[in-house]
Amino acid sequence: MAGRANLVGALAFVLVAAIAPSLPAWLISLATIAFANALVVLGLVVLWRAGLVSFGQALYYAIGAYSAALLWRLLGVTDAAVMVVGGGAAAALVAFLVGLLLARYREIFFAMLSLAVSMILYGALVKTEALGSTDGFNVAPATFLGHTPAGQARNLWLFWLTLGTCAVAALVVGGYFRSIAGALAVPVRDNELRVEFLGVSADRLIHAKLTLAGALGGVGGALAALAVGHVDPNMAYWTTSGGFVFVTILAGASSVAAAFVGSLLFELVRSYAVDILPGTWQIILGSVLLLTILFLPDGIGSVLSRRARPPEAQAR
Amino acid sequence: MLTAFAILTDGLVYAAYLFVVAIGLTLIFGVMKILNVAHGAFYAFGAYGSATAVGLYFDRGLPVAGGFLLMVLAGMTLGLVIGFVLERGILRLVYGKDEVIVVLVTYAVFLILEDVVILIWGPGTYPAYQPLVAAGNVAVGRLILSGYDLGLIGFAVVLAFAARLALRHTRYGRLLTVVIFDRETAAAFGIDVTTVYTATFVLGAVLGALGGAVMAPKIAVTLGIGVEVIVLAFAVVAIGGMGSVEGALVGAVIVGLCRAAAVHLVPQVELFVIYGVMALVLVFRPYGLFTRARPRRI
Amino acid sequence: MTILSVRKLEKTFGRIVAARDISLDVPAGQTVGIIGANGAGKTTFVNMITGHLRPTEGTITFEGRDIAGLPSRDITRLGISRSFQVAQIFPSLSVFDNVCAAAAIARGPVSMLGRATTPLRSPQTLAEADALIDLFQLASFRSRRAATLAQGVRKLLDIAMAVAAWPRLLLLDEPTSGISIEEKFAIMDVIMQALKSRRITILFVEHDMEIVERFADRVLAFYDGTVIADGTPERTLADPNVLGLIGGARPAAAPARTADV
Repeated sequence: MAGRANLVGALAFVLVAAIAPSLPAWLISLATIAFANALVVLGLVVLWRAGLVSFGQALYYAIGAYSAALLWRLLGVTDAAVMVVGGGAAAALVAFLVGLLLARYREIFFAMLSLAVSMILYGALVKTEALGSTDGFNVAPATFLGHTPAGQARNLWLFWLTLGTCAVAALVVGGYFRSIAGALAVPVRDNELRVEFLGVSADRLIHAKLTLAGALGGVGGALAALAVGHVDPNMAYWTTSGGFVFVTILAGASSVAAAFVGSLLFELVRSYAVDILPGTWQIILGSVLLLTILFLPDGIGSVLSRRARPPEAQAR
Repeated sequence: MLTAFAILTDGLVYAAYLFVVAIGLTLIFGVMKILNVAHGAFYAFGAYGSATAVGLYFDRGLPVAGGFLLMVLAGMTLGLVIGFVLERGILRLVYGKDEVIVVLVTYAVFLILEDVVILIWGPGTYPAYQPLVAAGNVAVGRLILSGYDLGLIGFAVVLAFAARLALRHTRYGRLLTVVIFDRETAAAFGIDVTTVYTATFVLGAVLGALGGAVMAPKIAVTLGIGVEVIVLAFAVVAIGGMGSVEGALVGAVIVGLCRAAAVHLVPQVELFVIYGVMALVLVFRPYGLFTRARPRRI
Repeated sequence: MTILSVRKLEKTFGRIVAARDISLDVPAGQTVGIIGANGAGKTTFVNMITGHLRPTEGTITFEGRDIAGLPSRDITRLGISRSFQVAQIFPSLSVFDNVCAAAAIARGPVSMLGRATTPLRSPQTLAEADALIDLFQLASFRSRRAATLAQGVRKLLDIAMAVAAWPRLLLLDEPTSGISIEEKFAIMDVIMQALKSRRITILFVEHDMEIVERFADRVLAFYDGTVIADGTPERTLADPNVLGLIGGARPAAAPARTADV
């Protein structure tokens, strides 16, 4: 089962990569951002399966973005792959450290702490002149293993890099979900005491998940920085976190693919909404979120409701 | 020396308004076990309402006292209305559901309300400095203190005493304490928990808005003040303990002084310092200074 | 061989003395019933052995190793498991998945990296889960969501999960509480059969004297935080101290075995 899902996923990625050159430029740009953001959502899904909602994933998104940008600004690095790995590593490190505190908390305390930590970064970024404070700063165009494409070709290369990164992430996270640590998410959510008495430290398990989610967020942020060519403190703002949470709720926590599809749909809808109804984007976002939570709790993934149907006894 | 004193007064002023905001947040959590992320929106509405009232009232030659009253009333009324609508309209639908779901709901509401503020008042800044000026200055030795600041501190102190008195000696206050302590048993004793919920939420909303209303003259009333305050208010409640009024007071003083120190000495680390202190407290008392530890019984 | 050795064990909460001066040895393979009124210290005793509580005084030695004060997850890894008064299971998972999780934890690597790279449904884990399902006669409940189970089956699941780790010592906290009188013996039969087949030393807390008399080799009577009687069921349950303080008349012969659950 897992092998077949991987095969289908791989085919889908290859197919999309192949038709990319014939797609319109705006779609490529939008899809790049969407898939970069999908990585952050994937991290949220990892946490959600264990019953945790993070209102502050934008922290890692911003760290990934700024780290990638600073690699260029301070060290002259322009290779996209290096910047992405750097962004991911920086975010993973911060997630590990922050997780030392956060892993001890659950539910609402965890949610608020995660929000607060992300807003700390926001505040620090806004007050730091050297990083452009509220304006942020631009990022130089990326290069790919020495190759320096220009214009639309560069966007295409970045899209391929994003696609490739997402494929790797999907594979890794999918495997993680099937592993013992990944599968223990639901038991931890259901009955932490029992997990402890079976011989597992729930805090350490959650700490590992926090680090993984942070790494994913950082990689997404770095890709986004390259796609947009710019970083600014808004990437750490709570409404950015809100967008990620929104996609996670709609996509549900049951499949890896949903994060990518959901994120793509979200970006498409957002670009239309901002055009047609400017100034009310947050109202729309919040309202749809509200309606979904209130009226479609079962339709949005079995993990949201704690009275979930169990996965089938056979291997998937 | 002067800096130290400035830190003290600023710190106490911050503590004052943080206390007013945090007490609403902690009560709502203590009674309803809801962490109301939208509490920042109450603060924002209170501030905007108050600033609007100030803009309309002052500079017309009307008595100053009326202006103070009006701005407070404007803020509180908005808090009352929005709190009531929220509780009856939306929160009612999610009582009893998973705590995380309820937080998501309040988060969604916050997103909506932030845009509503922009729709009503636009993205600009609303200065409301007139009450500040009207309150004048007070000389203490060689130092000059703002009358408004002193009034604010005094107001918070009065509120703290009133809260303590109300919780201990009024019927509603004792009901609240009981429900905070053990909701199920309270309901089993026939206490109308639903009404207590509505009253508590509305009270919390009014207090949140009140915090915004009294701070309007001191801050730039503009976008983002709601989020700023919820981040601080949460630190206050986390340090003091969710559901504890004394905790809100102690937490507010701690956060207020830390913030003032940071703002005067090293502004970039303002939030770092506050959350650093919070993290320190949480290491020793994971659920705040004034919460009873509740080990799981098996 | 003595598998568990306790010396002068004590637990106080402030001024409350929940357990005091408990000393005993348990030979491997024995089945020990623990009786006593509520608040007498039985659950405190169990909690100290299994790491949920840290003793104020005294030592606990398991297979020659000092375990007093260790956290429960370490104690589980060393070979002691427990079940709970209120069955602790994973309600949103199926019975099979519950047991699978327990088996995977028991068999799998201990490091976080190991756990993240080892699949849950490995053939060994699945086989072990199947074995446990058969052992505790849970086959007809295999795909049922654990939240929908009746009390008796919940308790069996709870114990099955505890046994997944192949413990050498198992503590059962009121295994038949909340189960109807007709079913109690049947369920205890299933439990004891399963545990004996794995040669597990058993300590079980029980209020039903008939169950104790039927299944225990030895009975410890708790009162006011300490052990006031320790011996065979016949002797202990006839002990005047026990009768006086804990109550219960001398039980009649135990009822015949009923059919399986």
